[in-house]
Amino acid sequence: MEESAHQKNSKHRQTGPGKNLPVLNVPSESHRSILNLAARRVQRGNASPDEYWRSLDELADTPEFRAMLHREFPPAASEWNDPLSRRRFLHLMGASLALAGMTACTQQPAEYIVPYVKPPEGIIPGKPQYYATAMPFGGAATGLLVESREGRPIKIEGNPDHPASLGATDIFAQASLLTLYDPDRSQTVNYLGEISTWSAFLGEVGAALESQRGTQGAGLRILTETVVSPTLAAQLRELLRQFPAAKWHQYEAVNRDNAIVGAQLAFGQPMTPLYRFENADVILAVDSDFLSCGPGSLRYAREFARRRRVSTEQPLMNRLYVIESTPNSTGAVADHRLPLRPAEIENFVRAVAAALGVPSAGAAARPDNQEWFSALVRDLQNHRGRSLIIVGDEQPPFIHALAHAINQTLGNNGQTVQFIDPVEASPVEQMQSLRELAGEMEAGRVELLIILGGNPVHTAPADLNFAARLSKVRLRVHLGLYNDETSELCHWHIPESHYLESWSDARAFDGTASIIQPLILPLYQSKSAHELLAALTGQPDRSSYDLVRDYWKANYRNPSNKTAALPVAQNAGAVGGAANNRAQTTAIPAQSANAVTAPKANTSTQTPVTASTPSASPAPVAAGSPSPASDDFEKFWRKSLNDGVIAGSAFPLKTVTAASSQISSPNNGLRTTDYGHSITLLFRPDPAIYDGRFANNGWLQELPRPLTKLTWDNAALMSPSTATRLGVDYRVSSRGGERGEIHADVIELSYQGRSVRAPVWIVPGHADNCITVHLGYGRWRAGRAGNGAGFNANVLRSSDHQWTAPGVEIKRTGDTYQLACTQFHYNMEGREIVRAASLDEFQRNPKFAHEKVEEPTAHESLYPEYEYKGYAWGMAIDLNSCTGCNACVIACQAENNIPVVGREQVLRGRAMHWLRIDRYYKGAVHNPETFFQPLPCMHCEKAPCEVVCPVNATVHDTEGLNVMVYNRCVGTRYCSNNCPYKVRRFNFLLYQDWDSPSLRPMRNPEVSVRSRGVMEKCTYCVQRIQHAKIESEKENRTIRDGEVVTACQAACPTEAIVFGNINDHSSQVAKLKASPRNYGLLAELQTQPRTTYLAAVRNPNPEINHTPQEAMK
Amino acid sequence: MSQIFHRSTNTIARVSIFGALFILAALTWMSYGINSSSYVTQAFVAREQPVQFSHKHHVGDDGIDCRYCHTSVEQSAFAGIPPTKTCMNCHSQLFLRSAYLEPVRASWRDNKPLQWTRVHDLPDFVYFNHSIHVNKGVGCSTCHGRVDQMPLVYQASSLQMEWCLGCHRQPEKFVRPRDQIYNMAWEPPPDQLEQGRRLVRDYKIQDARTLSSCSTCHR
Repeated sequence: MEESAHQKNSKHRQTGPGKNLPVLNVPSESHRSILNLAARRVQRGNASPDEYWRSLDELADTPEFRAMLHREFPPAASEWNDPLSRRRFLHLMGASLALAGMTACTQQPAEYIVPYVKPPEGIIPGKPQYYATAMPFGGAATGLLVESREGRPIKIEGNPDHPASLGATDIFAQASLLTLYDPDRSQTVNYLGEISTWSAFLGEVGAALESQRGTQGAGLRILTETVVSPTLAAQLRELLRQFPAAKWHQYEAVNRDNAIVGAQLAFGQPMTPLYRFENADVILAVDSDFLSCGPGSLRYAREFARRRRVSTEQPLMNRLYVIESTPNSTGAVADHRLPLRPAEIENFVRAVAAALGVPSAGAAARPDNQEWFSALVRDLQNHRGRSLIIVGDEQPPFIHALAHAINQTLGNNGQTVQFIDPVEASPVEQMQSLRELAGEMEAGRVELLIILGGNPVHTAPADLNFAARLSKVRLRVHLGLYNDETSELCHWHIPESHYLESWSDARAFDGTASIIQPLILPLYQSKSAHELLAALTGQPDRSSYDLVRDYWKANYRNPSNKTAALPVAQNAGAVGGAANNRAQTTAIPAQSANAVTAPKANTSTQTPVTASTPSASPAPVAAGSPSPASDDFEKFWRKSLNDGVIAGSAFPLKTVTAASSQISSPNNGLRTTDYGHSITLLFRPDPAIYDGRFANNGWLQELPRPLTKLTWDNAALMSPSTATRLGVDYRVSSRGGERGEIHADVIELSYQGRSVRAPVWIVPGHADNCITVHLGYGRWRAGRAGNGAGFNANVLRSSDHQWTAPGVEIKRTGDTYQLACTQFHYNMEGREIVRAASLDEFQRNPKFAHEKVEEPTAHESLYPEYEYKGYAWGMAIDLNSCTGCNACVIACQAENNIPVVGREQVLRGRAMHWLRIDRYYKGAVHNPETFFQPLPCMHCEKAPCEVVCPVNATVHDTEGLNVMVYNRCVGTRYCSNNCPYKVRRFNFLLYQDWDSPSLRPMRNPEVSVRSRGVMEKCTYCVQRIQHAKIESEKENRTIRDGEVVTACQAACPTEAIVFGNINDHSSQVAKLKASPRNYGLLAELQTQPRTTYLAAVRNPNPEINHTPQEAMK
Repeated sequence: MSQIFHRSTNTIARVSIFGALFILAALTWMSYGINSSSYVTQAFVAREQPVQFSHKHHVGDDGIDCRYCHTSVEQSAFAGIPPTKTCMNCHSQLFLRSAYLEPVRASWRDNKPLQWTRVHDLPDFVYFNHSIHVNKGVGCSTCHGRVDQMPLVYQASSLQMEWCLGCHRQPEKFVRPRDQIYNMAWEPPPDQLEQGRRLVRDYKIQDARTLSSCSTCHR
C-alpha cells in the first residue's frame, strides 16, 4: 500500500512540476482524486444523508484509506529517521544508561524560601488573588479576572460583571498570558538595531518635535491601531491641539470599515449596532461569524446559546440561517446554511430586501435556491420584531446598509438590534486613513512618524507599498510588543508594555469602560502608549497610572462622555486650557511600584476583587485638604477597579432611522462584481493568530483551527468541486493515517502582478469558485514560533478590495507541502459518535439519541462496581451549544501547564492538548451539516486504561476520577493504546521549556509540570476540586453545586460544559444527565463514561426540504 | 573413582546457598535502611541558615505562638515564613547590637529579603496543604516534632510517602482536639484510639480510602 501511495505521488509529480499550467476553466478529468470519488459517491446517493463523516477520504472510503486506518501504526512510524545512525545511538545510549544510575545518588538540591521584607496588604502566601482588568483587542475590550499568585498572573478568566464577558473568555484573552511571558518579546529600546536608552530617545524625538513646532506639526503623523481607550484618545487630542497640523491615522488589518461606512450610508452618521439575541427567534447571518469573533461575540454567543437549550419542558429554540462563503463556526451551528460566492451574497440580500418590501433594495436577480429563499423570507415575515439580520465585517458597506433597512422594515430596531454611538474614539475608515498616510509618505510630507502598536509593514495591503514608502520618512518611531517587521524599518523601537503590565482603560462593545489594571510590573524596560504620548506632549515623567487616574478624576462624573479631555493643567509646557484646572488641585500619590522588589506587582495601587464593594479601609488621602470631591473620586476609583467596570459608562441607546434613499444609489459601497467562473480570493483573519499579532504565540499557533483542524500554517481553502476543477488535491502522507501529516498540492496565487505560493486545503461547504486565505502568516520577524510559518496573504491584498481579490490567477506548481493537521486523528469508524436530530424529531421522540445504538444495561461487567459514597464527579457537554470556538482548549492549556510541541511533532500526531474538539460532517460534501464535539477524558467508571497499566500509574479514586500518577508512569503507553477515546497524551520528548526563565512564572503552581516519558491527560482539573474540597471541609460543609468550575467550563461562552457532583441529584450536571438527550460516547463498550453528551438538536424550517441531494445545484 | 570434591565442599555449598539468601535479604534490608536513613531523607539534619534563628528560644523560652510568625497556617497551603517586618516588630527594640541579627537589620535597611534554606522540602509533585491539616486536628508537633526544643530546625520525620500514609490510613492514631493544635507538649492520651475515632467523626475527617487516593496529594 505504501508503494502504491508513493507511485501515486510520483505520478502526480511527473505531470505537475515546472509546467506552470494555467488551469483556470480547465476541468482536469485525468486527475482521479479521491475527491472525485467522494463527490461521485455522494452524487450517486451512496452517502446516506444521516451518515456522519470526518474527512473526505473517509466519505470516499477507498480501500487504500481503509487499509491505512487499520494499521495499528502508520507506515514508517517505527523507522529511524534521525540523522544519528542507529549504531551511534546505541553507543551513546549505552553510556547514558551506565551513567544514568549515578544521577539517582544525588540529593535534592537545597531550596530557598524568600519571604517579603514588608508584606503587601492582603496577600496570603499560597492563596491566589483575583484582579479585575480588561483586554483591549480588535477595537473593543473584554473584562477579565486574572488570577495572581504571589504577584504573578497565571490564569485569565472572564469577569462575570463585565457586559462583554459575562464570565467567559475567548482564545485571544486566554492566550494573551503566553504573550506576556513570551521570551521573544522586545526587551530594550533600540536605535537602528542597537540597544539604546529611553533618555536618548527622548532627546532625539524632543529635538524633532521642537523643529515641528514651527510648522505646527505639519510633518508629524501618528499611526495607531483602533483606539478604544478614553485616556489615550484624550492624549491624542491633546497632542493634536499642541500640533494642529499633525495628523492621527488608524489602521488595523482586520478593521470594521465596512460596518462603519454601511452605518453612515444607512443613517447618515456612524452608529454601532448592538444585538439582542435573547429576543431573536429567527436570525439571518450574512457571512457573519458573530459567535466567535468581533466585539461582543462572547455575549452574543451566550445569549444565542441560551435560546437553543431545548428540553422536554422547554421545547422551543431559535432558528439560524447563514449565508457565507467561507465556512466558519457560526455557519457550523446554523440550522440552515447556504454557501454563496460574494456576488451571490449581495444578490441574495438584495432579493431578501426586495421581498420584504424594503424600498431601497434595487433590482435583484432571482436567487438560485428559490425554496430556501422563500422559506427564509416567510420566516422573517412571520417574526417581525423578533428576527434579526446580522452582517459580517467583511461584507461591503452596501450590504450593511441594506441589513439596517431590512431590520427597520421588520420592526427589529429596538427589539433585537439597538444602536449606540461608535465605541471607537474616532471611527474612521482605516484603509482610507492608511492610504492617505502612505500617499503623504510618498510625497515626502511626513517628517516624524510615530507608530503606536501594530505592525503595518506586515499587515498593510501590498499595493500601498508601505515598507518602501516608510523609508522616506525622516524619523520613524515604533512602539510594539515585538521587535518586528515594522521595528526593523524604524529608527527607534520602543518596547511596549503588555496590557497585563500597564495601567490603561478601554471601552467594551457597548461603550462600557473598564480600567485596565496591571498584574505585574513591566518585565522589561517597556513603555505604554500613554507614556510615550505623554513624553511627546512634554510630560516624559508621567506614568500611565497618573495619566489614567487623572483622566478619570476629571471625567468620572460623566463616564460615557466620548470626547472628554485630559485635565490640561498638568501639561507643563502647554498653553491655555484652564477649564479642567480643578482636577490637579490635589496631588496624586506617586506610584511607589518601583520600590517593590520581592513580588513584582504594583500592590500598592492595585485593588484585588473582593466579594462586596471595597472594604472601608481609608483611602490614602492626598496631601492638602481632602475635599468631598476627592473622597467621591476615591470611592469611584476603588469601586471601578474592584468591579472591573465603570458604572454608568455604557453608551446610551439611540433611536435612528435608516434613510433608504441613500442606500440605493448605485455607486455607494463598492458593489461586488460577479466575475463569472473566475476565482475570487477571500481574505479572512486567521481563527487563531488573527492578523498576525499572535504569530509568536505557540498556544494559538498549535491550536487546531475550528473547521480545518490545521495547525502552524495557513492554506488556500477551497471547496471540493473547485479543487477538482483546478486539479489540485491533498493526500494523507505515507507517514499519515491516524497521524497528522497531510501532503497538499501547492498552488501559486497571483493578483495584480503579485503572487504567493500556498498549499491547498479542501473544505467541505466552502462556496465554489472562491478561495479563502487567512491573514497573519508569512512573518519573518515574529519570533521563534512565528517565523516562517505559512504564507503572507497580505501580499495579495489590495487597499481597494480589502476582503476580496476578484479574478485571481491560479497555477499549479506541482510541489507538495506537508500540513500539520489533527483532522485524521482518531477516526471513529462509523459509530454513533455525534447524535443529532431536528427539533421536530426531538419533540416527537425526545429519546432519539438512544434509538440506533445498543445500550448496555447497567452492571453488565465482569469488573466489580465501585461505590461512590461522597462526591461523584461528572461532566455533561451540550453539543447543541458548542460552537467549536476553542476557548476551552486554550483555557485547559493555560490551567494545566500543557506544553507546545511544535509543527514537526504535530505532523507526527503528538499534539498534547488534553481537550480536543472533534469536528464531524454529515450529508453532502458541498454543504454538509457540521458538528463539534469537545473531547476531554471521559473518566470512565470501567476505564480500559486502568487495567492495562503494569505499574498502577493510572488508577481510580474514590470520587470516580481516573487519576494519572506521573511519578509512577514508566511510559509503556499501553493505557493510550487501550483508550477508546484516544484522549491520553504522551510526552515523547521533553516538550516543556524548562530553560526560558520568563516562562517559569507563568506556570500554574498547583499542577505538576510533566517531563519526558510520562503519559498525561485531562484530570477534570483535580486541583480545582481539591481546592474546593479543602475550603468546604474547613467550613465543615459539603461542596456546593457550582463551586468546582473546571477551566474549560469557566471559559466556555455558551455554557456548553457543565461539571459537578452527580451524586447530588439537585446539581445542574445531574439534571442534565437526566435529560433524554444525554448519551455516553461509545457507551456500548461498557466503559460507563463520566463525561456524557447532550445530543444536538437543530431547528430546520419544515418548509425547506432537508435532504442534501435536494440542496445540490 | 575418587571423589573430585572434598567432603568439606558440601558444607561450603550449604553455607553459600543459605548465605546467598541471607546476603540478598541483608542487601534488601540495607537498601531499605539506607533509603529511609537520614542520609537520604535529611531527617534530623539541621540546615545552615542566614540567621541562627532558634525556635527553642522563641517558642520554648519566650512562648511565642506558632501563628505569630506562620500567619497563614490556618488559611493557606503554605504556613508562611515571616517577613523581615515581623522580626523587626521586636528586634527594633531588642538585641539592637547583636551581631547575629545583622542580616535581619541589613534586610530591613536595604529592602532585600532574607533567603532561608527550606527544611521541609516535599517533592514537587506533592501538594501539601497546611490549613486543612490544622483545621482537622493534626497538630504542629505531629509532623514537625518538638520545634520548641530545636535550637536550629531540622526535619523530625522522614517525609516519605509511607510516613504520610501512616496517618492518612489511620488518622485516629494521630488527631488531637483543635484547641491543642499549637501545643508543642501535647502527648497522645492513653485512650488515643478511642478519642481519635471520636474526633475523626466530629471533625468529619474523610475515610481512609479517600485520604489515601492518589488525587488527594498528587495533581
